Amino acid sequence: MSPDNYVYLAAILFTIGAIGVMVRRNALVAFMSVELMLNAANLVMVAFALARGGLDGQVATFFVMVVAAAEVVVGLSIIIVIYRTRRSTSMDAASLLKL
Amino acid sequence: MNIAAPTFEWLELAPVVTILVAACLGVIVEAAVPRAFRFISQLLLTLLGIVVAGGLLVINLLAGRGGLLAMDAVSLDGPSYLAWAALLVFGLLSMMVFAERSLTNGVSAFAASAASVPGSPGEAEADGARHEHTEVFPLALFSLTGMMVFVAANDLLTAFVALEVMSLPLYLLAGMSRRRRLLSQEAALKYFLLGSLSSAFFLFGMGLIYGFAGSFQFSAIDAAVQAPLYGRGLLFTGMALMAVGLLFKIGAVPFHNWVPDVYVGSPTPVTAFMAICTKLAAVMATVRFFFVALGAERWSWQPLLATVAVLTMVVGVLLAVTQTDIKRLLAYSSVSHAGFILVAVVGATVATQANPASSVASILFYLAAYGFATIAAFAILTMVRDAAGEVHEISGWAGLGRKNPLLGAVFTVLMLSFAGIPLTGGFIGKWEVFAAAWQGGYGWLVVVAVIASLAAAYVYLKVVVSMFFDDEAKGVAVAPASGLTLVPIGVGALASVYLGIFPGPLLDLMTAASTFLR
Repeated sequence: MSPDNYVYLAAILFTIGAIGVMVRRNALVAFMSVELMLNAANLVMVAFALARGGLDGQVATFFVMVVAAAEVVVGLSIIIVIYRTRRSTSMDAASLLKL
Repeated sequence: MNIAAPTFEWLELAPVVTILVAACLGVIVEAAVPRAFRFISQLLLTLLGIVVAGGLLVINLLAGRGGLLAMDAVSLDGPSYLAWAALLVFGLLSMMVFAERSLTNGVSAFAASAASVPGSPGEAEADGARHEHTEVFPLALFSLTGMMVFVAANDLLTAFVALEVMSLPLYLLAGMSRRRRLLSQEAALKYFLLGSLSSAFFLFGMGLIYGFAGSFQFSAIDAAVQAPLYGRGLLFTGMALMAVGLLFKIGAVPFHNWVPDVYVGSPTPVTAFMAICTKLAAVMATVRFFFVALGAERWSWQPLLATVAVLTMVVGVLLAVTQTDIKRLLAYSSVSHAGFILVAVVGATVATQANPASSVASILFYLAAYGFATIAAFAILTMVRDAAGEVHEISGWAGLGRKNPLLGAVFTVLMLSFAGIPLTGGFIGKWEVFAAAWQGGYGWLVVVAVIASLAAAYVYLKVVVSMFFDDEAKGVAVAPASGLTLVPIGVGALASVYLGIFPGPLLDLMTAASTFLR
C-alpha cells in the first residue's frame, strides 16, 4: 500500500490546523485547531504503520489520544478561568503582557 | 500467539519512580490530610521524595548500573545520570523557594483559590481564610518526572509523552500567582496555546520520521539515516518540524515569544523552576535526539542550528538591553543563554585523548553554572518588595546594594556569572561551550558568540551599577526571608564562585560521562 495520499491529506489537515491557530482569535477555536493538528499526526502514523509493517505507529496513536485528552483537561480549565475573569475567550483581549 | 511481557528495570529506574510515587502520594495527601497540616506534609513529602531519589541515583551510580531500560525506551548513560542529578538538585532548590511563606504574611506565593475570579467575594473569602494551593508541590513533582524521562528518552514516543508530562503541570503552575492574577492567567493561556502548538509540530515531525525509519527507536532512525530505504524528503521535513517543537521548549529565537510573557506572568518561584529545569530537560533531550538519532545527518542540521544560535544570541542580548523590568530582563537573558548553549550543540564535538573539549560535557557544565545563578537570582527577586508586592522595575532596585551590602554583593556575583566574567562559573561554562564549537569547526560562530557575550555583559553590569551608585528608590525594602529562600540563594552564589575557581573536578566528571549510549 502506498501511504502517499494519506500523508498528503494529513499534511493538508495539519496546515489547516496551524493556520487556524494563527488566524482565529478565539482561544477555544485555536485549541480545536491544535487538536486537528494532533489528529493529522495520528493519520500519518497509522498510514505509515500500514505501509512499513509493524504496529508501532498504531500503538502510538493511542498514546497521542490519551495525551490529547489530558491536554483538554488542562487547556479547558485555563480557558474557563480566563472566561470567568474576562467574560470573553478572545485572545486579543488578553493583552496585558506586551513586549 | 505469544506475547512476551515487557521488562521494566525497577532498580535502575528507581529515581524516576520515586519522584512519580511522591507526586501521587501528594495527590492523596491533598485529599486526605486536614488543611491545617497539608502544607507541611506536602513540603516534607516533596523534599523527602527528591532526597530519596537522589540517594537512589547515587546508589545506582556506585553499583555501576546503566544501559537501555524498559524495552529500550529509556537510556541510563552518563549524560542521563548527570542530567538527573542536576534536575534533582535544581528541583530541590526550587521546591524550597516554592515553600517560602514568610515573605507574604505567612502564606505562600500561590493563589488562595486559583479557580475564583480575581476581585470576587469568593477570592476575598479564600484570602481571608488564608487558604493556599498546596497542589503546587505534586504538580511540580509530576513535571519533574516528565523532565527526568525526557532527558533519558531513547525513542520518540517516550520523548513525546515525557514532553507532555513535563509541560502540562507547568501550564497550570504558570497561572497560580497570588498577586497580579490577571497577568498570571494570561501567561498560563499563552503558554498553553503556544506550548500545545509546538507539541503538535513535534508530533507531526515524529510521524514523518517514523515514516522514514519505520521505527521510533533512536538506534533504528540512526540506521535508517545511514542506509535510507525511502526518500530523504520525509527525514528533512520531520527533522525540521521536530526541531521547531524542541527549540520552542528551549526558548530559542524565532520561537522565543512566549518566554518573556510567561516568565513575567508566572509566580516567581515557578519562573525559577521553569528557567532552569525546563531548559535543562529540553536542551538535553534535543542534544540526545540530534546526536544519537541524527548524528550521521549532522551536515544538514548543523547550518540550521547555527543560524538559530546566532539569531538567539543576538536577539536575546539586544532585547535584554532595552528592558526596564528585571524579571523580563532575566527572561531575555535566558533566551540569550539558550543561544550560547546551542553554539556547543552545533559544534557536535566528542572528547578524545588529544582533544578534551566535548559538546555534551560543556553543555552540562554551562547548564549547571547557569542553573545555580538563575535559582539564586529569582530567589532574590522574591525578596525585594514594596507595599504592593515584588518590585520588578530596575529603577526600584536603585541603591539597594548600599542599603543591603550582602544582598548587593551576592546579586553582583550572580550577574557576573551570567555575564561570564572570569572567576565565576559562567565564565568557565562559556569557555567550554566556545571551545567545543571551535573544535567542531565553527570558528565564525564562536566569534559571533564572544561579541554577543560582551554586549550581554553591559546588560548585567547596568543593573549592578544601578544597585550601588544610583539614589535609593523610595518604599523598596528587602523582606526578611526564612532559610527556605536564603539556602538556595547561598548555595547558588557559593556554587557560582566555586565552579569558577575549581571547575576541574566537575568538568572531568562530565567529560568522562559525556558519551551517549546508542
